[in-house]
Amino acid sequence: MTKQAKWYMLTLVGKDRPGIVAHVTAALYEAGANLGETAMMRLGGNFTIMMMVQFPGSRRELEQAIATETDSLDLTVHIDPIEAHLHAHHEPDVRITVYGADRAGIVARVTGVLAEAGLDILDLESDVAGTAEAPIYVMQIEGRAREGIPALASALEIVRAEGVDAHLEPVETLVG
Amino acid sequence: MAVLDILTYPDPRLKQVSAPVTDFDEALRAFVADLEETMRAGPGGVGIAAPQVGEFRRIVIVDVSAKPKTPNHGRLVLVNPEILEWDGMVKGREGCLSVPDFTGNVIRAARIRLRAQDEHGEAREYEMEGYEARAVQHEIDHLDGLLFLDRLVSKRHDLFRRKVYAK
Repeated sequence: MTKQAKWYMLTLVGKDRPGIVAHVTAALYEAGANLGETAMMRLGGNFTIMMMVQFPGSRRELEQAIATETDSLDLTVHIDPIEAHLHAHHEPDVRITVYGADRAGIVARVTGVLAEAGLDILDLESDVAGTAEAPIYVMQIEGRAREGIPALASALEIVRAEGVDAHLEPVETLVG
Repeated sequence: MAVLDILTYPDPRLKQVSAPVTDFDEALRAFVADLEETMRAGPGGVGIAAPQVGEFRRIVIVDVSAKPKTPNHGRLVLVNPEILEWDGMVKGREGCLSVPDFTGNVIRAARIRLRAQDEHGEAREYEMEGYEARAVQHEIDHLDGLLFLDRLVSKRHDLFRRKVYAK
């Protein structure tokens, strides 16, 4: 892999089935691509992939390199050129968990008050659990408290008063 | 005194098991001083183990006293340390001087009882908890060729819930 090879964010979405990751990453490897940070997960019945790909060719050539697999696996492909900025992780200093009976607008409301209180989100994952008749919503956020953790705690009081369960704990990373 | 070079993964020497210390001499104390200076030179380092600087002897240093509101024993030089009892389990985030730019969640005992010698060979016992106990467990792992990478757990799910929820 030459230093000039460009970085792309490759997004793939499709119905979940066995072998998606293995097939796509094998095609990328054979095409001379190199992977950076990635996130891949099943969301509902779908499989979703976001990965940083370093590739010596154009966006079109990258799309072509995996076309056989993405066609046969029926994956929707999206590719953006990006800057990589590897080896510069931001460490979270706070973890927030929010859950409650599912209803429209929880994410917008919670992240809205937290953003105002200085939260930078580094990682957010949410799930719909419970049953189809009585769904519950569970959200876990890791982030950085730009204006301190007490500001975020006050913000969570607001959503708690609205009937959403929310708690926060500091993340203290031990370096040894 | 000197700041020593830190081995970083994937250096295979980090997987080596270290040997017990038998001679508690001036050379040992000089090495301990260098090891401590190396720990304090690192960004935010609260502990270090001898194998991290390529000395495969059972020596670790831990000092979490700079961290506010954290129970601790101050500066601890632990030679030939041995954990006698484990109690409770807590998930926490760890990084390592030997693994730059990566942190992850690891389960550790919440409280431990520990026997070790100091740099003069005197036997001591400690009971510790929380952050200090985590640091000691992290460092003793290095003596057995283990990195926190060997103990990573899912960042997604709490395997062990805390006893008390801060509402």
